[in-house]
Formats: sequence, C-alpha cells, structure tokens
Amino acid sequence: MVPLSCYLVLSGILFVCGVLGFLIKRNIITIFMSIELMLNGVNLSFVAFAAQWHALSGQVFVFFVMVVAAAEAAVGLAIIIAVYRTRETLNVDRVNLLKL
Amino acid sequence: MLHLILFLFFGLICVAGAINLLAQSHPINSALSLIVVMASLAALYLLLGAEFVAAVQVIVYAGAIMVLFVITIMLLNAGAEERTRGSRIATLIGVPGVVAGGTLVAWTLLRRPDRPAFAIGALKGGPSDIARLLFHDYLLPFEVTSVLILIAIMGAVVLASRPEAVARGPRKDGE
Repeated sequence: MVPLSCYLVLSGILFVCGVLGFLIKRNIITIFMSIELMLNGVNLSFVAFAAQWHALSGQVFVFFVMVVAAAEAAVGLAIIIAVYRTRETLNVDRVNLLKL
Repeated sequence: MLHLILFLFFGLICVAGAINLLAQSHPINSALSLIVVMASLAALYLLLGAEFVAAVQVIVYAGAIMVLFVITIMLLNAGAEERTRGSRIATLIGVPGVVAGGTLVAWTLLRRPDRPAFAIGALKGGPSDIARLLFHDYLLPFEVTSVLILIAIMGAVVLASRPEAVARGPRKDGE
C-alpha cells in the first residue's frame, strides 16, 4: 500500500529535474529532453490522481498530453534542424540573435 | 508491502535516470537515460492499474518520440556540450531555487499523511472504458488532436526541408 503523496513526490522530483535541466543545460536537444521529462512528471501525477479518485478522465488527459508532446517533439526537432543548418551550432548561448 | 517495494524500486530507477540525464554531457547519453525514465514510469503506471497509459507510454514516448530524438542527435552529429559563462550563472541561481521549490512541494504534499493508501491496480477500467470515454465525452478534443497532429506533420516537413527545395516546388519526373 503506497499513499498518493509518494507518487506525487516522485512526480515532483521528476518535474524539478526537468526544470533544473532546462536551466543548466546548454545543448538545445538536452533542453528539449528536459521539457519531455517535465511532461512525464505531470503525467504521473495525472494517473496517480485518477487512481485516487477512481476517475478515468485522468487517463484520457494523459493521452492528450502525450499527443501534444508528440506534436511538440516533431515540430521542435524540425526547428532544431533548421537552426543547426543556419548557425552550425547547438549551443543556446550562441543562438541569441533573431537575425543572422 | 509488495506495492511499496515495487514502487521504491521503479521510483529509484526513475530518479536515477533523471539525475543521469542532468549529469551526462553528451546528448545521446541523456537520451538513453530518458528512455530508462520512461520505461520505469510505464512500470509505475502498470502498478497503478493504468494498462492503457502504460502501453501508450512505451509505444509513443519510449518508442516514437525517443527515436525522433536519437535520429536528430545522430543527424546533427551532436558532440559533448560546451560550458559557457551563462550556464555557470544559471547553475548558481537555478540549483538553490529548484532545491527550495522541490522542498516546498514535498513538504506541502507530505504534511497531511492521512490520505488513504491504495493497493496494486487501484484504477478500475480497461481500454474499452477509456475508449467509451474518449469517443463520447471527449470526442471533440480527440478530433481536434488529429488536426493538431496533421498540422504538426506539415510544419515539421516544411521546417526541416531545405529552403531551396521548398522554393523549387515538388520535383518532377525526368529532372
């Protein structure tokens, strides 16, 4: 028997790791992976609350979050490829100007 | 008891993968540890009784999205990341702030431990119930997500294709 708060703390730890990676990493692909980590932490809390309140809607919302994450990954990685093609770098500190 | 042991086992794997993602400097190592995180999260979903979400997690996240990531890393031939001045400042400000925020969240959640604990597979309802919910109550959002996916595919193709290929238009046979 595991209380709800344990799952929520684990989900919070995952989210915090994602925020930390977003702040300290400098590779644009790793920053993107940190965003995926945050989304995963939120999904865990959705499923834990669904189990707590016996509500299936929580799982449906996890499904929607995954759909949005997939769309975001496709578009974001395409943007990363376009950025790399023009800048020849993946370091976000070198991608600080809108104009070339 | 079994639930607690399995939760601790997969939860520790999960946290170790997340910390390894931060510690590694090469993006391909970070991607592989993210796959570890997602696989152990799928096991946790199974523990909660959400079989559908666990299956979708493995197929969509650990399968499709991570393949996309690994392909991009290999396509761009990404090396180890370089440290700059900005990342040091972000570390100095970010680590204490994140630790404070995480402590606050954990303290708020653990302050009232009177919530009922749940057993393995606490969530009732299989994929057929979710399908009924998805195609009755959430039909409009479901259809909107299909449009969203279509737009995302078109956007990805346009963004990732070379500019001269877009300007030239579709290639004809015999050119």
